Amino acid sequence: MFKNYLKITFAVMKRRKFFTFISLFGISMTLSILIVLTSFYEHVFGANYPEVNRDRSLYSIALEETDTLQEGMRRGPMSLYYINTYIKTLQEPEAISFSSMPSTVNTYGNGKKLNLFFKYTDATFWEITSFDFLEGKAYTQQNIDNNEAVVVIDNETRDDYFGKGVSAVGKTIEINGKNISVIGVVRGCPITRAIVAANLYMPYNLQKYDPASTDYNGSYIVTTLGKNKAHLPAIQAEYAAMIPKIPIATIGDFKPNKLNAKLNPYFESLVGDTFFGNSKGPIKKRFYLLAGLFTLLFMLLPAINLININISRILERSSEIGIRKAFGASSKTLVYQFVIENILLTFIGGGIALVLAGLFIWWFNHSGIIPYADLRINWIVVGAASLLSLLFGLMSGVAPAWRMSKLPIVDALKA
Amino acid sequence: MIKLSQIQKVYRTDTVETLALNNISLEIGRGEFLSIMGPSGCGKSTLLNIMGLLDAPTGGQISIEDRTLTGFSDRELSSFRNQKIGFIFQSYHLINDLPVLDNVELPLLYRKVSAKERSQLAMEALEKVGLSNRMKHYPSQLSGGQKQRVAIARAIVGRPDLILADEPTGNLDSAMGNEIMEILEHLNQADRTTIVMVTHDENMAKRTHRLVRLFDGSLVSSSDFYSQ
Repeated sequence: MFKNYLKITFAVMKRRKFFTFISLFGISMTLSILIVLTSFYEHVFGANYPEVNRDRSLYSIALEETDTLQEGMRRGPMSLYYINTYIKTLQEPEAISFSSMPSTVNTYGNGKKLNLFFKYTDATFWEITSFDFLEGKAYTQQNIDNNEAVVVIDNETRDDYFGKGVSAVGKTIEINGKNISVIGVVRGCPITRAIVAANLYMPYNLQKYDPASTDYNGSYIVTTLGKNKAHLPAIQAEYAAMIPKIPIATIGDFKPNKLNAKLNPYFESLVGDTFFGNSKGPIKKRFYLLAGLFTLLFMLLPAINLININISRILERSSEIGIRKAFGASSKTLVYQFVIENILLTFIGGGIALVLAGLFIWWFNHSGIIPYADLRINWIVVGAASLLSLLFGLMSGVAPAWRMSKLPIVDALKA
Repeated sequence: MIKLSQIQKVYRTDTVETLALNNISLEIGRGEFLSIMGPSGCGKSTLLNIMGLLDAPTGGQISIEDRTLTGFSDRELSSFRNQKIGFIFQSYHLINDLPVLDNVELPLLYRKVSAKERSQLAMEALEKVGLSNRMKHYPSQLSGGQKQRVAIARAIVGRPDLILADEPTGNLDSAMGNEIMEILEHLNQADRTTIVMVTHDENMAKRTHRLVRLFDGSLVSSSDFYSQ
């Protein structure tokens, strides 16, 4: 029976080329946009190079000090003092690392002006990430203790500053008027990996700071590594228990009386803090709900369009409906047939969408819009595309099929 | 085989009520070849559609093989039609998107029959109507007579006890019509298939066992040709 449906689907597609084109165009464009968005989501939030441990990592990107009486609030990254005095005393994490928020610096190399992102990090930064070292190595605690002015650069900076294919290790690069020795060259990562992306990485002690300052507010974000994903709640609980015990200091006129800081998974840290504030509640669920609603709305218009096209398409096949019913097809069987046909059509559209999305992703990765962009169509994206195709097929197929299957046989045969 | 009791069919709109069939009672025996005649609009096709369970009567009862077919669900009616009845239509009603063999296989699609057996039975049916060399053709590639022979093959492939033919020779010239009639006669004689045929052609009607005439939705006469 399925073979018969397949034959008739292709026959109808061939017979009504314009309808087929309009249907496939609508399906494939909608799905390809959704596939690209899904791929982008996976690119930003998945455990990708060099953050392959993201699934067992927790992040703290902001500390919130509130004066509930004056309704004042200060929120931002943390100071080295706060990290060393409190976060570093946590016992549960396997590793604790910190790095500064990325800043920009201008430098001149190879006859051109370069605008580069740089970060200050500790030595553990290189242990919790998995950067590919193309040359040299990462700086260690020993380098930091020795106050060595060293830098790890990415391959694009090496090519721009020293020339393509020229070795950089042992040479110096001028940053903020200081010559700093290149200790290693890593394969760069896209800026969308917000916690780790930069062109230059330097030991934190190269940053000017007041060692006597006890301000909690600074420029650092923290990453903690658990044994595995299941271990993360224990780390969160330990930090949450620590927060009420941390003394709150007055800063000039600002007299905070409440401290709020969390260690959260990547998605919650980034999306939660950026879009939902440091709000309570299941952020990921809310985001998925919003994304799901957006997807449904986005698909609704082409689905309604496809329903209309399908009704016209099926209406002109009312004689076939009459024949099939006369020879023994029940209404349910006909619904099944038309839904299968529609799902086949949407799967073809899904296939075209995958090819279109693949072409777009290939172009995007090579366009330089986001350097090092490594969007790809992986099994998650293919799975999402298949699910979306199925959903689209059902959304646009069931209603017309149901309506047409109820057509009285005699009327259907007369049409 | 078929028993119609006081069959009535009324078509209603908001303003008009049309009586299409008026208390038709008729019995058709197993293996009988019956023709129905009457002027256009007298209710011949409506009666045939009711016999074929394609349409429901407004009043009265229909029994086929001693089963009274009232209160049947859509699924039960579909299954009954599939097992017991074959249809031949004036305008053939073939599915143009499917080749001949697939058209003939259609009734078997809705039975538990393997693809191999379906194909085998469809080929046998096409052989019976002399079209085994056209099984891969599409309906648009066939003449009117050939299309009607495909329609007959489709009607007989499931070996139904009853064939309902609505003006099967109506769109054909006399030679083609004669060929189709010969096939129907053979089916009736060789397989004892009950056939009910609506026709406008007196000569075709005379080749059947019995002729009933309708006028304005009522049965007006019945002539027996067995003796001729």
